[in-house]
Amino acid sequence: MTLTSPAPSQETPPKTARRATRDFASVLRWREIPVTIALIVLVGLTYLANPLFLSQQGVKDLLLNATIVIILAVGQAMVIITRNVDLSIGSILGIVAFSTGTLFVAVPGIPIVLVFLTGMALGALLGAVNGLLVTIAKVPSLVITLGTLYIYRGLNNAWAGGTQYFAGDRPDNFGALSVDTIAGFPLITLIAIVVVVIVAIFMASTRPGRDLYAIGSDPEAAKLFGIPVTRRVLLAFLSNGILAGLAGVLYASRFNSVGATTGTGLEFDIVAAAVVGGVAIFGGSGTVAGAAIGALLLTTITSALTAIRVDKFWQQAIVGLLILAAIIIDRVARIRTQKKLRLSEARDV
Amino acid sequence: MSNPPTELLGTATNKSGVRASEVPSTGGRTGIARILLSRDTVMIYTLVFFVIYAALFIPRFASPVSTGFLLLDVIPALLIALPMTLVIITGEIDLSVASIAGLTSALMGVLWAAGLDIGAVLLISLLAGVLAGAFNGLLVAVLGLPSLAVTIGTLALFRGLALVVIGDNAVANFPPELTSFFTSKIGGTGIPTVMIGVIVVAIFFGVLLHFTPFGRGLFALGYSKEAATFVGIHVMRSKFWLYVASGSVSALAGIYWTLRYSSARSDNASGLELTVIAAVLLGGVSIFGGKGSIPGAVAGVLLIGTINFTLRLNRISDVVLIIVTGTLLIASVVAPSIFEGISKWRHTRRNRRILPPASALGATRATASGVQERK
Repeated sequence: MTLTSPAPSQETPPKTARRATRDFASVLRWREIPVTIALIVLVGLTYLANPLFLSQQGVKDLLLNATIVIILAVGQAMVIITRNVDLSIGSILGIVAFSTGTLFVAVPGIPIVLVFLTGMALGALLGAVNGLLVTIAKVPSLVITLGTLYIYRGLNNAWAGGTQYFAGDRPDNFGALSVDTIAGFPLITLIAIVVVVIVAIFMASTRPGRDLYAIGSDPEAAKLFGIPVTRRVLLAFLSNGILAGLAGVLYASRFNSVGATTGTGLEFDIVAAAVVGGVAIFGGSGTVAGAAIGALLLTTITSALTAIRVDKFWQQAIVGLLILAAIIIDRVARIRTQKKLRLSEARDV
Repeated sequence: MSNPPTELLGTATNKSGVRASEVPSTGGRTGIARILLSRDTVMIYTLVFFVIYAALFIPRFASPVSTGFLLLDVIPALLIALPMTLVIITGEIDLSVASIAGLTSALMGVLWAAGLDIGAVLLISLLAGVLAGAFNGLLVAVLGLPSLAVTIGTLALFRGLALVVIGDNAVANFPPELTSFFTSKIGGTGIPTVMIGVIVVAIFFGVLLHFTPFGRGLFALGYSKEAATFVGIHVMRSKFWLYVASGSVSALAGIYWTLRYSSARSDNASGLELTVIAAVLLGGVSIFGGKGSIPGAVAGVLLIGTINFTLRLNRISDVVLIIVTGTLLIASVVAPSIFEGISKWRHTRRNRRILPPASALGATRATASGVQERK
């Protein structure tokens, strides 16, 4: 947004820079704070009602449940920020999880690092197909990824058939990734945190990362500005594919069985996590850290409801209400920002 | 007779490059030729061709039993596709349809198990769908929130409410005369009796979209909201009622689902929204809004239904079939933009050949302005 705002920058660079930081601060103040407060309140209230909720095991379960959703939400946030969406991630995760299971059986003693790389490469390939179709055919990503959602799932079905691989088929130290902890954090959660930090730095302070925001704010203006839109959008889909691949490998470590239907119906949960975390559905604003917090909030709700013995059937309805609340907060924030921009532009003139 | 208004609106509001290039290509054809060569009509040809092919070469396809099962299976998608077409034409989307159907089904089960009269059960369930649609309409049309995000939210909300209402339970003991009516066929044709109702709903939406000022207004709305407001279309009111219609028809689909399978569960019809949207887009409705037709959408639903059914007759596993759905969907949206690219390329080449000075002038001007913009 700051990239495209008309600024008489030649004479007064310090002023624009100050305005940029101020805008950035106000965006930060508005978008991530509500979801963070919601998370703290939720955890706090649940803890008061049931102290076991924050026991060592309780926290570990919370983190384990959130890990895969966090990684997927971070990737999805990158795509949504460019004003696109990727509905096929559930299917990508499914294929990669099944291929991980297959790999361990087909190549006994394969190094775990190699399994991770293979899974991420497969995810990258599938993500690149999405990205190429979206950028070359110039068809909305909603339609393309709805198509690849079916195609990837069908391929997974054709490949897996009735076959399922269970945790017993995989080496112990692979499963240990989601059991062992360092300072209370499961290893796979640490991987997720590293992912969030890397992508957050990429999005906040590198040129290609800022370009993704510019593209989402106004694709036409981004093109006029000289941003390689096609390449950047492709990059977003590719990164999302890699992260979905990583999530797929972790899924095979975390859960007992992988088969034809692994990851079905995940797509809207992930988009919801990003939206709840303050990523605007029409692109251009939001952060991956917000998306990660959104993911943590949505997965924590389930555990919290169980901990305070609320009927678990309420969980999904509450998730729905949270999504709606997030959209309304986003709208209010946008109106405020627009008003502020109008005022500041009026002053400059 | 319904063509001129679109044409006018098309030229009046071609704000984006895509539309500008489409107007001359369709404008070149007139009257019958235009209708016979449109994207929706091509869909119908494909459907007819495929049905003839299947009837000739697939054993057991051309029989009343096949027709019956095929139609019984596609009815829920067919019903929901009708209002979905209108919603997508206005440039919005409704992802919550399957959840509304699930909520309706769950309500039916609970109310029936509580001992209510079946008429009251049906009425209240339908009303729930109307209210759910009105809630979507309130958020999207009145508050102006983005429909994609809103209906992802209500997708979770309505499915969640279905879970709250009925939980893990299933209710199956609906009156047998009612459930057998829902699977009954008209005479020996194999066509389900319920199809009559579906056809009535289809005609209603077809007439509404193509032959009423309200419907024509929806196309204008999909092209440009601002322009539609200026020509006197009630944008907010139109969208609101579309979401109400979408909710109501989803409720009908939910009622049908419950009685056809004689089972009320919270996860009934889950995932149906994607099937419906894929079929509607395959039927030539543009996701950008402003383009599409009811016959095209119906052809899209029937084509996917028929292909899946024939593959199933050939004992190809159900779950693999979705590759076909996905490939068709992508091919149907990618092909036009490839054709467009080719025809644009041929157009510029022809122009260069015929009018070298003009094109050279245009080229220099273009680069000049390009350089100017860079600065």
